[in-house]
Amino acid sequence: MERLREIHSPRAWMLLGGAALLIGVVIPLVAPEYMVPLLGKFLCFGIAALAMDLVWGYAGILSLGHGLFFALGGYGMGMYLMRVIAGEGVYRSNLPDFMVFLDWKQLPWYWHGFQSFPFAMVMSLVAPGVLALVFGYFMFRSRIRGVYLSIVTQALTYAATLFFFQNAAGFGGNNGLTDFKRILGASLHDPGTRKILYLASAIALFGTYLLCRFVVTSRLGRVVTAVRDAELKSRFCGYESTNFKLFIWTLSAILCALAGALYVPQVGIINPSEMQPSNSIEMAIWVAVGGRGTLGGAVLGAWLVNGGKSWLTAALPSAWLYALGALFVAVTLFLPDGLVGLGSKLFRSMGRLRQPSRPPT
Amino acid sequence: MSAMPVTPPEEDDRATPISSLPIPEGARPNLALWVENLSVSFDGFKALTDVTLTLEKGELRCLIGPNGAGKTTLMDCITGKTRPSSGAVYLESRLYDLTKLSEVRIAQLGIGRKFQRPTVFQGHTVYENCELALAGKKGVFRTLFARLSAADRTRIDEILELIGLQDHAKRQAGLLAHGQKQWLEIGMLLAQAPSVLLVDEPIAGMTHAETERTAELLLSLAGSHTVVVVEHDMEFVRSIARRVTVLHQGKVLAEGPMAQIQKDPRVVEVYLGA
Repeated sequence: MERLREIHSPRAWMLLGGAALLIGVVIPLVAPEYMVPLLGKFLCFGIAALAMDLVWGYAGILSLGHGLFFALGGYGMGMYLMRVIAGEGVYRSNLPDFMVFLDWKQLPWYWHGFQSFPFAMVMSLVAPGVLALVFGYFMFRSRIRGVYLSIVTQALTYAATLFFFQNAAGFGGNNGLTDFKRILGASLHDPGTRKILYLASAIALFGTYLLCRFVVTSRLGRVVTAVRDAELKSRFCGYESTNFKLFIWTLSAILCALAGALYVPQVGIINPSEMQPSNSIEMAIWVAVGGRGTLGGAVLGAWLVNGGKSWLTAALPSAWLYALGALFVAVTLFLPDGLVGLGSKLFRSMGRLRQPSRPPT
Repeated sequence: MSAMPVTPPEEDDRATPISSLPIPEGARPNLALWVENLSVSFDGFKALTDVTLTLEKGELRCLIGPNGAGKTTLMDCITGKTRPSSGAVYLESRLYDLTKLSEVRIAQLGIGRKFQRPTVFQGHTVYENCELALAGKKGVFRTLFARLSAADRTRIDEILELIGLQDHAKRQAGLLAHGQKQWLEIGMLLAQAPSVLLVDEPIAGMTHAETERTAELLLSLAGSHTVVVVEHDMEFVRSIARRVTVLHQGKVLAEGPMAQIQKDPRVVEVYLGA
């Protein structure tokens, strides 16, 4: 009970309940059918934003490679969706169509087992998790931090993009994986299935939010922030800072992979463009716009930026990248604490107090 | 890993690696820290040369010396921040060679350090700073589920009262005044419950009254803790020191009771007379 109150004040719990009601019940009832996958996609971006905020806002690790974990989670799901329709492709082969096209006779070893949904789901999270663990171990052990860390993670996702672009890698090359038909026996084109995927994303979003909230309000959360603010001091207090960073980093990668796995069946395709460096940078922008170190702000930022993107790419396609860049510059210059920071500043100047913890710029 | 304890402290004959230097007569059972032939060089510059220093349990030792004498480098070696080029630092009955261990392990073994510049966790409250410093298991999964016990809370309250910050418990540490930060850092050291306290310039930026209280506090800690104080302020050193070690150009110049040190012509020449 006491722990619940630490996670949120009673009022915040009520707000959260209200948000859950709105997103989980009201929206699915009133939203037009064509909107459901789009909104589901936004929920997935919200999960990715939480993951990004955990690692950047709270641990001060500005990863510009989280798009990779998102995409890997998506590939895991995509592999299941490909395998489950074995024999129903254009070539009526047991192999996915792109393999037939490449004249492959056998399924590569790493595709085995993906016809099973539970196996594919576990792999979607474990594979990116292990990658993050190993990569993070070497990165943090070498005490890489700050801008160097951002560059290294950016290079990682870029290298992965190049790898996945190859046909020989066995992930469908630049076309990626697509033409999905069914998930767990239900047609992906059926509005009911789409609604269920939307709801699954909503549950995952709230689950992720509560998990992140649990982590950041725990002593571990305070240690991680202490490492962010004064790493040497934290070591002299007896905390092995490398392990704490590794934990947050890996957890964040797994959550990002979860977002990717839920995203793919709703958009119907996964290809290497999802792991392009610019995607990872965009994630950082969502969090910067919403407000680093405030989980709710990160989700809000993801929705606002993507909402703007959906609107602007339709209205004025060539302007999007400029708008995004301008937004990032403007937020960095004028709103170091993002929209949530602005909101609480306004709130405070109206006379009431309650400030969120502020990460250093 | 070679320095893991293999035997109880009393019979440490197999512990690694024991030097050939004889231990001072009678000092052995009471030894808290033993610095042996420590040398450090940075790109040819010799920051420390053959420094040997023994500290008895419960002792309050002042470390003085002009700027660049190697005082902070010595602290860095003891806490694992800097690796010496040769020599060793042993804890207690020479069970652990600290120069082989990480900062984290050394801190866990009970060596606490206060930095020259007050270093607190700026984004956390005063109370949280104490909580983070609190002795105990500090692994990742333990801290994820850790809760403050009643004993922990009592301990933190005691410390806050001792350092006079009980009314600021909920304040962000970054917003404290300079002197208060110094005090908070000392409080965090106490929360760590170390056996050896290394205190680097504790009274920098403190008012006269605060300085007096710090002196009282350090004196009260000696006995139950081994305390090493690095300080420039001679007035302050005189008020607390029993034994003083003078470092000069990376070497131990003199060591002894304050009264004797003050008369030592070499010390007067390099430091006191200035």
